[in-house]
Amino acid sequence: MGSGSFLIQFLNGLAGASTLFLVAAGLSLIFGVTRVVNFAHGSLYMLGMYLAVWLAERIGFWMAVPLAAAIVGVFGAAAEILLLRRIYKAPELLQLLATFALLLLVKDFALWAWGPEDLLGPRAPGFTGAVQIAGGAFPQYDLLLIVLGPLVLVFLQLILSKTRWGVLIRAAAQDREMAGALGINQRWLFTGVFALGALLAGLGGALQIPREPANLNVDLSVISDAFVVVVVGGLGSIPGAFLAALLIAEAKAFCVGLGYSEATLVIEFAIMAVVLVVRPWGLLGRMPVLARTPELADAPLERPGRNMFLGGAALLAVLALVPLFSAGYALVLLNDILVFAFFAVSLHFLMGPGGLLSFGHAAYFGIGAYAAGILFLKNITTMEFALALAPFAAGLAALAFGWFCVRLSGVYSAMLTLAFAQIAWSAAFQWNTLTGGSNGLVGVWPSAWLSSKTAYYYLTLLLCAAGILFLWRALYSPFGFALRAARDAPLRAEASGIDVRATQWAAFGLAGGAAGLAGALYAFSKGSISPEALGIPRSVDGLVMVMLGGIQTLTGPVWGAALFTWLQDTAARNVDYWRAATGIVMLALVLALPRGMGSLLQARK
Amino acid sequence: MRTLLFAALLLSSSAFAQPIKIGELNSYKVFPAFLEPYKKGWGLALDEINRSGGINGRKLEVVSRDDGGNPGDAVRVAEELISRENVALLMGTFASNVGLAVSNLAAQRKIVFIAAEPLTDKIVWENGNRYTFRLRASTYMQTAMLIPEAVKLKKTRWAIVYPNYEYGQSATASFKKLLSKAQPGVQFVAEQAPPLGKIDAGAVVQALIDAKPDAVFSSLFAADLQKFVREGNLRGLFKNTVVFNILGGEPEYLDPLKDETPEGWWVTGYPWNEIKTPAHQKFLDAYRKKWNDYPRLGSVVGYAALYSAANALRKAGGTDTEKLVAALKGLEMSTPFGPIVYRAHDHQSTMGAYVGQLSNKGGRGAMVNWRFADGADFLPPFEEVRALRKD
Repeated sequence: MGSGSFLIQFLNGLAGASTLFLVAAGLSLIFGVTRVVNFAHGSLYMLGMYLAVWLAERIGFWMAVPLAAAIVGVFGAAAEILLLRRIYKAPELLQLLATFALLLLVKDFALWAWGPEDLLGPRAPGFTGAVQIAGGAFPQYDLLLIVLGPLVLVFLQLILSKTRWGVLIRAAAQDREMAGALGINQRWLFTGVFALGALLAGLGGALQIPREPANLNVDLSVISDAFVVVVVGGLGSIPGAFLAALLIAEAKAFCVGLGYSEATLVIEFAIMAVVLVVRPWGLLGRMPVLARTPELADAPLERPGRNMFLGGAALLAVLALVPLFSAGYALVLLNDILVFAFFAVSLHFLMGPGGLLSFGHAAYFGIGAYAAGILFLKNITTMEFALALAPFAAGLAALAFGWFCVRLSGVYSAMLTLAFAQIAWSAAFQWNTLTGGSNGLVGVWPSAWLSSKTAYYYLTLLLCAAGILFLWRALYSPFGFALRAARDAPLRAEASGIDVRATQWAAFGLAGGAAGLAGALYAFSKGSISPEALGIPRSVDGLVMVMLGGIQTLTGPVWGAALFTWLQDTAARNVDYWRAATGIVMLALVLALPRGMGSLLQARK
Repeated sequence: MRTLLFAALLLSSSAFAQPIKIGELNSYKVFPAFLEPYKKGWGLALDEINRSGGINGRKLEVVSRDDGGNPGDAVRVAEELISRENVALLMGTFASNVGLAVSNLAAQRKIVFIAAEPLTDKIVWENGNRYTFRLRASTYMQTAMLIPEAVKLKKTRWAIVYPNYEYGQSATASFKKLLSKAQPGVQFVAEQAPPLGKIDAGAVVQALIDAKPDAVFSSLFAADLQKFVREGNLRGLFKNTVVFNILGGEPEYLDPLKDETPEGWWVTGYPWNEIKTPAHQKFLDAYRKKWNDYPRLGSVVGYAALYSAANALRKAGGTDTEKLVAALKGLEMSTPFGPIVYRAHDHQSTMGAYVGQLSNKGGRGAMVNWRFADGADFLPPFEEVRALRKD
């Protein structure tokens, strides 16, 4: 790599950084002020792209860009007013569910409105050519982007430091309760911030159309990049987001330039893991002020009463009788539901009573599945032993990842779990000889005595029910109470002799092991495993199940998993736009039952 | 008399005979650009088959499902088609990993699976099984089709760019193996493997320029290809290098390039408006009449896949799986691309592809200097395949 190409790769990185920064800045602003983890931010970006392409054909590129950004801004404001405003009081992270539903809706809307084909936008008039730099050609438009990124940074900094609105935003970002106590109308502040954040995302998307076709997959790929940038930079810090965007974009450009293009799969997550381990609040982030109104002071989970036990026993009995009536698809679907219920309960164990967010729970699910598959296919053990060993493999991985995660807090810890999950995912994806690469492993079938659907269903029912009951029982053991104490009052817990970190660390291992067993059961029921088993969508599915069921309920995750799995299965079969249909049902549930389906059960008791 | 005939027909076709169900599953929401035309393709075939009396007097019915684009969901959907819908056979899938998972399930549940689109070589070779048959020209075949042109150019310095997953990896491996054999002394000076759908096109193009290749072999498609073309045009990568891009001439991926279509690239694809064979003309006219749109490659795949199923059912004289396997082994049939055979020993059809060069014709991408490459001419010898298959 000569000095000329070194310079050009550096410039490539700068141009990439500007794009990343635009979308991340909005996300950071929104999170900093409203604490909403906006899953639909990538959808806003995608909307900006489609609108800009569509408008550019009608009114020209340079008019289309600001107009598209403005429309997305208005859309963001509308989403905040109509949807998010109703659920700020609901348990933390419910907004995540609502914005995820929004993501599903926007995706199907874009498919409906603009069709399935990628739309390549026009080049920017006046910036269509290339300039000679260091013996190579460099696109003029990329130079423009390189200038635009810092300009937006300066502009945002000026708003935040020089205007009254900006001062209020900073005040709210630093201490929401205090700002509210001083008479600041938070409602309009939140709406304004959401609109600005959405506008920035729309602008980022619109400015990208000369470089990338508008397509339906961009929402998810952008959202994970943006999250990484925001967390690496420090939540709520705009200069931090800029710095992080620069770091990540340059790292990617040089990975490619130096011939390690495979590493771009994972480089940003590796950077995030390192940054979080070294600087727990990101590059320029600050330790958050603890909320004064104790948000987590939810009533502790009540001990299940007699009715609950009777109901549970009845449910188990009914499930055990199902094979008498159907040996067909009902068993297949129930098998999936049981596995995901177990998976969701293991995630809930960490998130609910443990208070430890995990955005990468699929890692343990997948590691369990792969461990079982590899042990079985390489003829190291029989299928039964492979199944039995899977939770230990996943539990060990969870202990390894958890050791770092329990040293961080809140969303930072959650993002670290995501980083580790992505690193595990890329290992599964790249390690062709061990994991089968992108194809995964095939031929992972149960032993002969378990190979009938009925036999395997009973195995799943037995193991999942036992696993779920074990985790629930653990919640009411001294360990479970220690875990809850560590969540609600870490200082007091520490003072009364509870080793908070060790307790939380053990919870990671336990939950990871349970997820691993679920993963192994899943693998043997499908006959194959591929990297999707530990991908981000699987982790998100887990979060959705827990949130739908209700994070502060005991049995909620089971209902959430059952509903979500059944809904996906049914919607995909009967509705063309099944993603939108799923999104609508989720939104309805969020608005009608903000505390989750499990809360119905609790209220009645 | 006519009424009597009509009544007889009604009796024979609807009153006595249940329709034959075919289970179709695909990643409609993940790869809509390819699969919406695909759905229209099998929709047309279904119409034609039923209008001409169905299969041995029974109507054909397609039960179509979205497989969610991941192997786990796809297997569940396939199980549903098998056990609840009682389908006679399965057909469909797009991505390699989903295709392999369903193929693996088909072997376990002993049901025929016609893999319509997955290109991975493994589905008929390393992981091939008794119940899985594949329609399309595989990654290996499409790569092999470009080799003769690549050898003719006598370029020694080759750079390679591919999406980093099964399809791109195996296209690259096949290309290196086949070209090194045909042209000893060839050098591979750079390899870029960007993640699927997330190519950092500027950096990749610059890295390729740095390697100073005479020629580039690419297996990019969809959004990655469009980004690569735009950056390559801007940065002058294509000025002095010849590019070979498998799939680059498929309308799904070529049409979005419009006036930026690079000149002279060698591609495999489908020049739908220039093929004048009677078989294709008949398909083209019927497709346009039914859908008021022109066919993409997906349309041909969907059309030929359903005809494969129908012909197998007809030849087997029923829905018995073992008879279907026997019928599909060596099944000869016609497609819009001409006659094909499902080879008895590895279950790969000999469906070919069109090889040609890209050209910008009045602001639209087109294929020129094209010829049809028959799939049968681009498969490895029987012994080589025999060694790969485990059954």
